[in-house]
Amino acid sequence: MKPISRRRLITAGVAATAGVAGLAVAARMAGRNGLVPPACRGTLGVGDSLTYAAQRVLTAHSLAREFSRDMISKAPFANEIAPPNDAFKKQQASGFVDWRLSVEGLVAHPGLYSISELKGLPAKSHITEIACEEGWSYIAEWIGTPLYEVLNAAGALPQARYVAYFSSDKDWWDSIDMADAMHPQTLLAWGMNDGDLPVPFGGPLRMRVPRQLGYKNVKFINRILVTDSVKRLGSGAGSPEPDFGYSWYAGI
Amino acid sequence: MLAGPRHAALVRATHWITVVCFFALLITGGEIVISHPRFYWGETGNVNTTPLFALHIPSSRDTVPTGFGYVMPDQNGWSRSLHFEAAWVAVLTGLVYGLWGLASGHFKKEIVPATADRSWRALGAVIARYLRRAPTDGGEARRYNAVQKIAYMAVIFILFPLVIWTGLALSPAFDSAVPIAVNALGGRQSARTLHFFVSGALVIFLVAHVLMVALSGFRVRMGAMITGRAATPAAMPEERI
Repeated sequence: MKPISRRRLITAGVAATAGVAGLAVAARMAGRNGLVPPACRGTLGVGDSLTYAAQRVLTAHSLAREFSRDMISKAPFANEIAPPNDAFKKQQASGFVDWRLSVEGLVAHPGLYSISELKGLPAKSHITEIACEEGWSYIAEWIGTPLYEVLNAAGALPQARYVAYFSSDKDWWDSIDMADAMHPQTLLAWGMNDGDLPVPFGGPLRMRVPRQLGYKNVKFINRILVTDSVKRLGSGAGSPEPDFGYSWYAGI
Repeated sequence: MLAGPRHAALVRATHWITVVCFFALLITGGEIVISHPRFYWGETGNVNTTPLFALHIPSSRDTVPTGFGYVMPDQNGWSRSLHFEAAWVAVLTGLVYGLWGLASGHFKKEIVPATADRSWRALGAVIARYLRRAPTDGGEARRYNAVQKIAYMAVIFILFPLVIWTGLALSPAFDSAVPIAVNALGGRQSARTLHFFVSGALVIFLVAHVLMVALSGFRVRMGAMITGRAATPAAMPEERI
């Protein structure tokens, strides 16, 4: 073993200090520019955070791929859903006329929206692919009210950083950052392939985030919450998915 | 006496980091496949469509018709996170190795076959020696023969870039920014199927690679990749290629 020279020791010390300082500055800058996901848990959180930061930079202005009408899947697969509760069944029997979307949190005008009121806002549709983290996928035309229309109508406040959305099944909710919430393709979908959104596919109302995988596209939405932090929701990770080991961000 | 190490320190470090990443990617990739052991061609595919082929293994989802009467435990959460974390480390390591390989002349000197070896005749001669299990001329401990170089070139310049490309094409966000990444492969499901096959090719390489190391002198070859020390012909008298 060779003795370490003084010069080498000093060089190594300076390099290590610069490295640590550089990382600290990078972390601060990433935090300021919205490149840090809400929960970065354990060793595996490092990779998830790196992916989130890289994809936020890469996808700042990107649109999910859209397909031609003849690419719409003839046999889309509706992933299994928990048996709907009695309250849901009652709503379903009456054609969801009493279904309300509650818009809450950091908005100037909180309120309740019926499906027909949502349809009264400017609507949008896109033919996009929904891909499950398991590997399967299908293409459908999704018709709905862009989430930004609802946020603008409700007057989302400038300190808003996340939009959390809740299903009629109380254990099923998720959240997205403002980049995805204000994205032109993010829809509160109430239609699919020229008809009402069928219940197995999330009807009457489903969050459709086409740049993220299927599990961010929560079904049966009845509440959205605009917030500056997701720490107080559930276990604080922005979604129940991280409790099962899944990443909050699902762009990959 | 032979000057310099058999493998440069950077080659040894990046090799072993890649080994760790490869096993992490292989295990977690396998876990992810178990959640949907069916493969399709084109843009879309699900249990309502005919697969290109299906693996005859149980699944971790009860929605997949496997013919097995039970469902495996779901390991996708940590598997996905570890898969992408290992991919980050592997890609960054590969980037360091690739840039160094170009700058140092490592690719030119040690990976790309010499002009004289670029003929079917020269390759045939090497293969014939393998088949006869003929003793080496001693130089094998210091440099790769043309067949080895071609195998390493295929892994470094074809399989690794392909596995990264097909993997990135499975990210809906990445595809929104770089749609050609998935479109050029014929769609999302084609990309997934190709990712599986390229990974299979890498596993075949791994098996052959480890087998050859074992056959040609496991301790000496491992020593060369760990400490960098090259074995002199005298130290491995019974070596065969």
